[in-house]
Amino acid sequence: MTTLTQKHKKIERNITLLAVLALVTVMIGGIVEIAPLFWIDNTVEEVEGVRPYTPLEQAGRNIYVREGCYTCHSQMIRPFRDEVERYGHYSLAAESMYDHPFQWGSKRTGPDLARVGGRYSDEWHVQHLKDPRAVVPESIMPPYAFLAEKELEPGDMSAHLRALTRVGVPYSEEAIEKANEDLLTQADPMASSAEFEKRYPKVQIRDFDGNPDKLTEMDALVAYLQMIGTLVDFEAGEAQEQAR
Amino acid sequence: MDSLLGKAGGWLALVFLSFIAMVMAADGGFAVHMGIIMTACLIALWVTISKADYAAIGRGILRAPADPGKYDDDPVRWGVIATLFWGMAGFAVGLYIALQLAFPVLNLGLEYTTFGRLRPLHTSAVIFAFGGNALIATSFYVVQRTCRARLAFPRLARFVFWGYQLFIVLAATGYLMGVTQSREYAEPEWYVDLWLTIVWVSYAVVYIGTIVKRSEPHIYVANWFFLSFILTVAMLHVVNGLTIPVSLLGAKSYSAFSGVQDALTQWWYGHNAVGFFLTAGFLGMMYYFVPKQAERPVYSYRLSIIHFWSLIFLYIWAGPHHLHYTALPDWAQTLGMVFSIVLWMPSWGGMINGLMTLNGAWDKIRTDPIIRMMVLALAFYGMSTFEGPMMSIKAVNSLSHYTDWTIGHVHSGALGWNGMITFAALYYMVPRLWGHPRLYSLRMVNWHFWLATIGIVLYAASMWVAGIMQGLMWREYGDDGYLVYAFSEVVSAMFPMYMIRATGGLLYLAGAVVMVYNVWMTLAGRVRDEKPMTQTPYDEAADKPLVAAPAE
Amino acid sequence: MNYEALRHFADSWGLLFMTLVFLTLVGWTFRPGAGRNHEEAAHMIFDEDKTDV
Repeated sequence: MTTLTQKHKKIERNITLLAVLALVTVMIGGIVEIAPLFWIDNTVEEVEGVRPYTPLEQAGRNIYVREGCYTCHSQMIRPFRDEVERYGHYSLAAESMYDHPFQWGSKRTGPDLARVGGRYSDEWHVQHLKDPRAVVPESIMPPYAFLAEKELEPGDMSAHLRALTRVGVPYSEEAIEKANEDLLTQADPMASSAEFEKRYPKVQIRDFDGNPDKLTEMDALVAYLQMIGTLVDFEAGEAQEQAR
Repeated sequence: MDSLLGKAGGWLALVFLSFIAMVMAADGGFAVHMGIIMTACLIALWVTISKADYAAIGRGILRAPADPGKYDDDPVRWGVIATLFWGMAGFAVGLYIALQLAFPVLNLGLEYTTFGRLRPLHTSAVIFAFGGNALIATSFYVVQRTCRARLAFPRLARFVFWGYQLFIVLAATGYLMGVTQSREYAEPEWYVDLWLTIVWVSYAVVYIGTIVKRSEPHIYVANWFFLSFILTVAMLHVVNGLTIPVSLLGAKSYSAFSGVQDALTQWWYGHNAVGFFLTAGFLGMMYYFVPKQAERPVYSYRLSIIHFWSLIFLYIWAGPHHLHYTALPDWAQTLGMVFSIVLWMPSWGGMINGLMTLNGAWDKIRTDPIIRMMVLALAFYGMSTFEGPMMSIKAVNSLSHYTDWTIGHVHSGALGWNGMITFAALYYMVPRLWGHPRLYSLRMVNWHFWLATIGIVLYAASMWVAGIMQGLMWREYGDDGYLVYAFSEVVSAMFPMYMIRATGGLLYLAGAVVMVYNVWMTLAGRVRDEKPMTQTPYDEAADKPLVAAPAE
Repeated sequence: MNYEALRHFADSWGLLFMTLVFLTLVGWTFRPGAGRNHEEAAHMIFDEDKTDV
């Protein structure tokens, strides 16, 4: 018995041993749960239509992140009848595979936005963001009128796309080079856009904020909002669905 | 003199470096932050070269006693003041954003004061500024006394304190400017994360160093909890903070993970910020201050050992319950649910261990308001560690997720458990740290207790009702087979609940104001002239044997 | 490595391993002779005379 007591004393009296054992204990759970997500194949099923964000959409997404929209809006529709009816088809893992960071959210003070794209007109979004209660009297959302005033200054979009490439988003070398150009092209219906449209299938090109003189933060945010959840064509893709 | 010159030169170099970074910054937020760092370096430079004894001046301002050579308590005293200061700030912002949800006009139409930017300010202020300073202060207090050793590396301990305050200032100003990674409870950007890593490693070095040089053979169980909290938070912070910055001179960075993997990494972090920052660390406080205040040893030391190992093993698995029914694979969700439910057992083991420590001294709940606070803290710990496993059951979660129920759950834990045990620990430490026989007023502790308790009850109850109401209204179908409520109708139905919640928050804040006044007066060396806490009433006329009425 | 194999491993050997670890931990804590140590450790914080540095 004495040897066992000695051993026990060692753990309770040896700080290195205690620290190492505690660290090993807390590492097990994380390794078992997180690591397999990176190499079990069916974690993210490939779905047709999902593509990386355009520079303008990514700039809009960065504004979405900056303003903390995720504190009140989720982007993750759960497979329940009421949610599917209220918001649209439940979210697939592949739909956020290029989201750095993810914006699934944890609270619905406002409605889910995973399929908000195409639901409302640009004018509605601009009006709603400037003064939410002018459009939805019951709304408790903060007003974001300043977005329509502030010129979009996202910095060098090529650098942004390059950083995203480093974390695994498959932008082509061409897309990175032309990023700053593409940013302007998407908000300018007059620009020649054939090449741009080939790079980003299904891209929506127009002046989003109703103010063609200026490329504002409102342009970028509305461009992002109008494309969320629109990339996968669920009517055409019934066959890809599987029971969950 | 050479070393002084070297130090001053080092600070000067840092001033120049941060100045250059400020001028060349890619965005406004980064420039402001480099300006703040430059100011901090300038202050450090001034303190280095000036001849004044700032430690003594600081003691004068705080009316702290001179170092008696026993324990190194200056960082602990600063930590107590910082805890109170950031606590007030965090509670006040919380009340403000609660009112914003009832009266959106309070967003003021400014970009800096929208709910979206203030909410991370509130969560980080209460968790990391209030809770973090409380943890640093109490862990330094406890480790010295249980090891019977002065802090190892006293200069590094001071660096930990001031470095942590700089982290708080950078994080808070960042949120107001929209500098955020949008990872809940880990919003600061990459360079602030790097700075926190340096501070945190220093914290670990001071803490472990003190244990290494202890003159007591046994490592008391409170230190186990503090140690696991420090180590695990380091691991969580580093992994969850992995990002690629767009530019080394800009604030923006992109998370190393995406979508599903990013979500699970974040909630592995997020849940264990609760598990290790708000639970293991505060259990460290509990295992020292409850026995000390009750003047009796912990109920079962054996139970505390089992409590420790099973708690730290199980907690880390529970993260996926934040992602029930999402695109996260089902096996991970199920694993998260099972471990969350099992977690109920060690949690209640710890609660019982704390409460039973009072065995044989239950009368102290009546006579000692600090004990009363501790008991309430443990009761709320027990309540929220029951509620948590329940909410992690997928069927319950399908209703509760995305609603205010979660907010109520978090606050019953944060206000009830973390807040109350912190207040109790501060009330315990303040007279001892400042060398006064007792607090300015024990009756005001009692006032604090009741204000806070009623506040928590209003908060939790209104959020239960709000959350369950939301969950039910969202999924309600009419006879016609259509959803009954538009989303906006559910929003307007929340108004009365949000008002009750704000009232609860106001009471909790009021309790904290009473505490600040009480501590302030204690520091000033005043003692309030008041009736002692208990006075058993004595009625002389009634003090006689009962005379039985004569039978008829 | 696929999901099925992992799942099978987890609910057989994984479960057994965890149970054994838990039982060892409890058994170890309650082993005879440890009581006095624990008693001593629990009372250590009240030993005010030993406040020397």
